[in-house]
Amino acid sequence: MSAELKLKAIEIRKKLLSMIYKAKSGHTGGSLSCVDILVSLHYGVMRLNPKDPKWADRDRFILSKGHSVEAYYAVLADLGFFSETELETYCRFGSRLTGHPTTKVPGVEVNTGALGHGLAVGVGMALAGKIDKKDYKVFVLMGDGELGEGSVWEAAQVASHHKLDNLVAIVDRNRLQISGPTEEVLRLEDLQAKWTAFGWKVLRADGHDIDQLISLFKALPTVPQTPHLVIAQTIKGKGISFIENRKEWHHHVPNDDEYKRAMEELDEQIRELEKSCTHK
Amino acid sequence: MHSQIAIRVGIAQKLLELAEANKDIVVVTSDARGSAAIEKFFERFPDRSIEVGIAEQTAVGVAAGLSLCGKKTFVFGPACFYSARSLEQVKNDVAYSGADVKIMAVSGGVSYGPLGSTHHSLHDIAVYRAIPNIAVILPSDAHQGAAVVQALLNINQPAYVRVGRNPVPLLYSQQEDSFTFGKANILKEGKDLAIMAAGEVSWHALEAGKILDSMGVKTTVIDIPCVKPLDAELILQVARSVGKIMVVEEHSIHGGLGEAVCSLLSKNYPVPVEIIAIPDEYPVTGTQSEVYSNYNLDYSGIAKRAQEFLRRIEIGKIHTRD
Repeated sequence: MSAELKLKAIEIRKKLLSMIYKAKSGHTGGSLSCVDILVSLHYGVMRLNPKDPKWADRDRFILSKGHSVEAYYAVLADLGFFSETELETYCRFGSRLTGHPTTKVPGVEVNTGALGHGLAVGVGMALAGKIDKKDYKVFVLMGDGELGEGSVWEAAQVASHHKLDNLVAIVDRNRLQISGPTEEVLRLEDLQAKWTAFGWKVLRADGHDIDQLISLFKALPTVPQTPHLVIAQTIKGKGISFIENRKEWHHHVPNDDEYKRAMEELDEQIRELEKSCTHK
Repeated sequence: MHSQIAIRVGIAQKLLELAEANKDIVVVTSDARGSAAIEKFFERFPDRSIEVGIAEQTAVGVAAGLSLCGKKTFVFGPACFYSARSLEQVKNDVAYSGADVKIMAVSGGVSYGPLGSTHHSLHDIAVYRAIPNIAVILPSDAHQGAAVVQALLNINQPAYVRVGRNPVPLLYSQQEDSFTFGKANILKEGKDLAIMAAGEVSWHALEAGKILDSMGVKTTVIDIPCVKPLDAELILQVARSVGKIMVVEEHSIHGGLGEAVCSLLSKNYPVPVEIIAIPDEYPVTGTQSEVYSNYNLDYSGIAKRAQEFLRRIEIGKIHTRD
């Protein structure tokens, strides 16, 4: 399971880089940082049916950090929500694959891109699940810089007031936003204390450890009648040495040389993974 | 004396009645149960009543989430907040995402009167008109408000419904036939001047029309509850047959029904149009009726402005088509 999904994550990284490179547009750093979270949820945790994207009992996922759309589209295409070849149209004239997710794309639940919107929509979906007595879960992935939006904290209060234990929010805690380190731009810590004070059960995870993420997500809720927040410790630009932890790669597009080197690094990771698997 | 009832009361009663049969109806509010007159809904259907506290952005986001899961979600709260603070949620989460949410904006226009411009919504039609995929509706009385609720249940499209706060006279004798989505209603016909209005000023427009009739100016009066989509066919038909139009609205002079009508006419059949609205300023302190009177939005003001408009045409200051 683990090696298979690790390989999947590397392939998704290759795809999203290719999309950004070809479109000459995208958010490289944040897409790379959330790949392992997306893979864990979509391949190891969530109840989904790509053949029936509107299946009433599906788990819901909201990419509140909508700018990481390249990673998300690559996952949806890989799962079969739409064809892989359509990824080639990303950001092209007339394509439904715009630079932030929209409901025109099968599998996308709500249009995101303006930060601070996803959690409230997730609260609404979780409330609908409670009203309908359905057992689906709602997952909302936010960026850490996104937590500067006041609307996030409004929705956090509403979620705990309404005891939404079918709601899981995840913070992609890569510690960088467009202008620099989050703690310098606008201090976010103590995140755990803040969310706990807002009535949430807070858990921490290595946001690049797929096995750990899957077992953690599967165990939720750990506290009944309480929404859960997972602080996923991540590295912005994860997987490519010269992109990791570099703020300028927030929306820098790789040039020919950078693209070639990045793909070589990812190919090397695949070879190493295959090697370690055959050794076992 | 005319019997008066607040439109929000008519809306709340209708929703309560419809929710018995339609289990998908959900109400979301931001500490505005009293303002919106929906306490009874909260008592009767607690499981389908969502309180989010004073958090209008979240109210709209939550409503979008509910609707994207198949609910018929009605958000109730003051128009002043739902036309500004939560506008990004309306644009992205509701209209752009295609979530079937109805924003029931109460205490709109200047109906909060002396509370001041923080509590007025005189820009709401303008901003909502510019957002694709959301209808803009201003019921003119309690019967029509109820009819709007009923009609919207069968239309899978977002809508912004703006109503006032105060009891107003009934313009229609019954709910039936008072509202068809996308259609305007002819209240009376006359050949000399057409008065078009939306919302609570429509009653004043009709009264002004009657006054003008008695003075020998035969008026057509049109109630336009659906500001978007606009009933282009009827408005153009009236422009062709009457040729002189006044538009009355409880809104800024910028971007409202008046400019919507002008835009339609300028492309298709230009005729003189006089708009009575709130000028580009923060309105004078006063009750809703005092503000109406100050800006000629009441029936006597409308009748006075109509005579001035016709006089300017008569002396050649404004040219008609013929």
